[in-house]
Amino acid sequence: MSETKGAPFSGSIMVVGGGISGLTTALEAAEVGYEVFIVEKNPYLGGRVAQLKQYFPKLCPPTCGLEINFKRIKDNPRIKFFTLADVESVEGAAGSYNVTVKLNPRYVNDNCTCCNKCAEACQAEVPNEFNFGMDKRKGAYLPHEMSYPAKYVISPQIIGTEDARRCKEACPYDAVDLEMEAKTIELNVGSIVWTTGWEPYDAARIDNLGYGRYPNIVTNMMFERLAADNGPTGGQILRPSDNKAPENVAFVQCAGSRDENHLPYCSYICCMASLKHTTYIREQYPDAKVTIFYIDMRTPGNRYEKFYDKIKEDQNVTFIKGKVAAVEEAEDGRVTLVAEDAVSGEKLHQTFDMVVLATGMQPTAATTKLPADLVVTEDGFMLNDYEKGGMFAAGCANRPADVMMSNQNATGMALKAIQTMVKR
Amino acid sequence: MSKKYGVYICTGCGIGDALDIEAICDVVEEESLPCKTHEFLCSQAGVDMIKADVEEGTNALVIGACSRRVNYNTFKFEGCMVERVNLREQIVWSHPRSEFPKLTEEEKQDEDNFDRVQMMAEDYIRMGMARVEKVKLPEPYLLETMSKKILVIGGGVTGMNAAIDAAAAGYEVTIVEKSGKLGGHVANWRRQLPTKPPYERLIPNKAKSLIAAIEANSKISVRTNTVVARIAGQPGEFTVTLKTPGEKIEFDVPYPLPEEMRVDESGKELDHEALIAKYKEYNEGRRDILTLDPNGELFGAVILAAGWRPYEPKADEFQNLGWGNADVITNYQFEELAARGKVNRPSDGKPAKNVVFVQSPGNGTDSDFPFTGSVTSMVALKQAKYVRDDYPDGRAYIFYQHMRTPGLSEYFYKAMQQDSGIFMTKGEVTGVSQNGGGLTVDAANTLLGDQIQVNADLVVLGTGMVPVTFDDPTVNLAYRQGPGFRDNAIFDKYADSNFICFPYETQRTGIYAAGAVRRGLNVEESMEDATGAALKAIQCLESVNRGVAVHPRSGDMTFPDFFFQRCTQCKRCTDECPFGAIDDDEKGTPKPNPARCRRCGTCMGACPERIINFADYSIDSIGSQVKAIKVPSEDDYSEPPLRILGLVCENDAYPALDIIGWQQKKSFSADVRLIPVRCLGSVNVIWIKDALSQGMDGVFLLGCKHGDDYQCHFVKGSELAGIRMQKIGDALSSLALEEERVAQFEVAIDEYDKIPDIINKFVAEVEELGPNPFKGF
Repeated sequence: MSETKGAPFSGSIMVVGGGISGLTTALEAAEVGYEVFIVEKNPYLGGRVAQLKQYFPKLCPPTCGLEINFKRIKDNPRIKFFTLADVESVEGAAGSYNVTVKLNPRYVNDNCTCCNKCAEACQAEVPNEFNFGMDKRKGAYLPHEMSYPAKYVISPQIIGTEDARRCKEACPYDAVDLEMEAKTIELNVGSIVWTTGWEPYDAARIDNLGYGRYPNIVTNMMFERLAADNGPTGGQILRPSDNKAPENVAFVQCAGSRDENHLPYCSYICCMASLKHTTYIREQYPDAKVTIFYIDMRTPGNRYEKFYDKIKEDQNVTFIKGKVAAVEEAEDGRVTLVAEDAVSGEKLHQTFDMVVLATGMQPTAATTKLPADLVVTEDGFMLNDYEKGGMFAAGCANRPADVMMSNQNATGMALKAIQTMVKR
Repeated sequence: MSKKYGVYICTGCGIGDALDIEAICDVVEEESLPCKTHEFLCSQAGVDMIKADVEEGTNALVIGACSRRVNYNTFKFEGCMVERVNLREQIVWSHPRSEFPKLTEEEKQDEDNFDRVQMMAEDYIRMGMARVEKVKLPEPYLLETMSKKILVIGGGVTGMNAAIDAAAAGYEVTIVEKSGKLGGHVANWRRQLPTKPPYERLIPNKAKSLIAAIEANSKISVRTNTVVARIAGQPGEFTVTLKTPGEKIEFDVPYPLPEEMRVDESGKELDHEALIAKYKEYNEGRRDILTLDPNGELFGAVILAAGWRPYEPKADEFQNLGWGNADVITNYQFEELAARGKVNRPSDGKPAKNVVFVQSPGNGTDSDFPFTGSVTSMVALKQAKYVRDDYPDGRAYIFYQHMRTPGLSEYFYKAMQQDSGIFMTKGEVTGVSQNGGGLTVDAANTLLGDQIQVNADLVVLGTGMVPVTFDDPTVNLAYRQGPGFRDNAIFDKYADSNFICFPYETQRTGIYAAGAVRRGLNVEESMEDATGAALKAIQCLESVNRGVAVHPRSGDMTFPDFFFQRCTQCKRCTDECPFGAIDDDEKGTPKPNPARCRRCGTCMGACPERIINFADYSIDSIGSQVKAIKVPSEDDYSEPPLRILGLVCENDAYPALDIIGWQQKKSFSADVRLIPVRCLGSVNVIWIKDALSQGMDGVFLLGCKHGDDYQCHFVKGSELAGIRMQKIGDALSSLALEEERVAQFEVAIDEYDKIPDIINKFVAEVEELGPNPFKGF
């Protein structure tokens, strides 16, 4: 009988970022037997993928996987999570880090039953960041239907206003606590995995593509929300300027990516995302036409290639190899794209009802300095030094990746974190 | 364990306003159970009230409040069975009084009037009490002895890295490698792609340093010239027989009979004895799967890192690309040439200074060669660099349709674009012909012109990496369902998973694939994949050690319990288990392997004798809930309401139903009664028959989508349920009931807008059929 000992289950792991990568790292480590703390800056877990309507190439809803992950968290006493939380400082070394975490006030305590009375009472509306400001939400709100934790939030914007008082008075369960203050806690952990994810690259910085100047030019993440049933239009894909159904939509690939002036690298997901968005349009509008301007279609692997093949068969979808150089205003809210067909050399002027910029991903660390001794590239990606150990980056904090690759990588980083504890 | 019951009803969140709570308490008291109410049950005071009872011995609790998806831990009590009755989301919030008005005092005077929503609540409370009476607290399934050793199949970079990473976490590992040495394909490569910024230079290949690390690691043992003959048993106690490649031994894994051998000349399925005889003949010289090799080695979990083989074009393939010409070779052959020294032409050994790399097979397609992933674009760039390194005046031409250098690989692509001797263009290669001592390559639709010609010494085709599972199961599982991963044809025979969220989950528990056997991955990606697979193998071991399930019911302590005395050896459980967890002997008696089980309950749903049950989920627990539903007849009311049963998947459909309540945008019929199930695969037709024979008017199943892009967390549950529902039609017609009374619907978790319409449409159709004639009997 070969009975060998495994890892001793002592020491805990901190996961910074509760998006899909962070959830994966946390759950995979906790299900081995380790204690894990998740620190998430939003009031809910799930991160970027919670905003997606579907995943490519299966076209299945991300909430399906999130729901299972949330169930795994509920079932696992070894996982604790903090929302509205930021890591303020990290001291120490591999095996023993002292981490200060700031817990920002939710202004709603655990008494909340999600009865919605506070939202009904609140009159003020603020731009809804979950939908990239395309609609408004109440000052007291649940970020989305399947939010976890299922607890309402009072926006800091309404604190001190009459509305805040109205919310408090409306709550039958004494769950609104307007006196709640930020507090800091100290945690000692053996290892830290940074899964701080990404932000959509600021499309307004890409001067020649007209975002911000023309309302019917949107980003791919905005488009994702426009197509989502719980989005600003209830899932109807409509032009922002006049809420008309678009008949003719263009996708501009590499909007910011593969561009020395913006993001020099390839953002990995945008080609597949635009193909997926094409399916959203084609399912909703049987006569709509789609044109995709690309440099290379990056649909690597048999499954992605099959997805691309299926869309190529659609007569209403046109692919043009060529980078969009400029945009011009056309009649009736339409937009003309100026591009050169790289194969024929022909200069193209084509007019569309709506244009989607396939903006790339920028790692969070590119714009936010993380309070720890991490090796970050010029682009903001965190490099992993396995020799040194202790702290690791997973998912899109480490490199541009799709959900599948992020989860693969995040699973591996759970083991790297565990190894740190074993060596201790 | 004796049960002491307690029923607790929350009146908050609108429940108390919408329902007659006193009447609900009467329902509880009719069963002689104590009933307590609280205006805010999830508050500290409410929970303390329950806790006080628990301290007094109450251990079987029915909580009539909100959905079990919320306040999950609030209502968890150590050592207690808890049933959450979803009064809030699925009754009160989904059936607002504005649409389903209460009876007025006047209406109440007439006993022929009824309140549909109140009836619903009372039924759900009865169902909750029925369930808690029938379930037991689970006790974990523990192996008597277990091994925590990990077997790694394949000694390439993936397998070596998996071994190193598992060992670094404290586990012992054995690597089996079919060739004579470690290192795999990578060991033969000249250089490897960059892994660190600025990602501009090729680096030495990593095989050597990995081999050194393995040799220095006392936790890792290596068997070269070794393959797996069979893996028998279950995680925690896999009995593995190893052998030398090509050797024929009695513990080679037997194969199930292929379909064509299971029938006679007329196409009729052979009888049991004939099948056994055929099976033995087919597997002559091989021991049955249930015979454990006494000399086998024990392992706890397995990592499949057996990698790939180079795609070998057939003689008549790629004629448009000159395949067959001695100087037209694959990228793999090019790598072999490059490893030996400066790259020379195979035909005459002269320097290959002008090399054309072809990335797409052409003939009108813009696809890459099969099995390439994003690997071959990067390989072409690497090999172009070899040409430049070997010959200062060398030129490399890359014809691509799409340069697939995703993510940070883009940096190497950019670096190669700076090299004045590397030319790259989109274009379709239309012909390769011999031109004196060299080759001429014709290409169309390039960025440099419609038709261009390039002279070349050598043409390299960017062919792919065929996973070894394409040719052979490799893991050789001694499982009744067969030796390999099931259904991997969906993935072109890669040993991949269908899950985006859970990339390591396959249909075989405790066996995790990594590297190029899973997808077209490069060295760096494969090594990282290996780390993830090592984590999953360790997690599986530790879960088995605790006696709990792995994904997706992680931590579940229940497992299927068989009452063998009544087994009729029909083999359905063995056949239907999506995870191949059940084997059977010659007679067909099932042998469950609980550590292989994912606890979906498909076996329970499949069993016609109803002898398979879980501690807290059984034929009786759900059956009793069905029976607890009151079916009003004409004896009760002149126009009795319909009763429709809905069996809903708890993973996706049930949460979606909750959202309907949260949104309060649409409602659905108050005449349906919903029971959550672990998976539609666990639905036993007896529940449906019972429902109909007690007079219910219709039954529907609500679960996940099936097909190639299935969303079922248990892979086959909804598909198998669909097959069972087709067969139930015959049973119904023999009862003179219409087939339309039973239906199955597929929904995704985000289709909450559609569910009310689906349910209401079904209810309307059943109403059209008229009441169930068995009502009132």
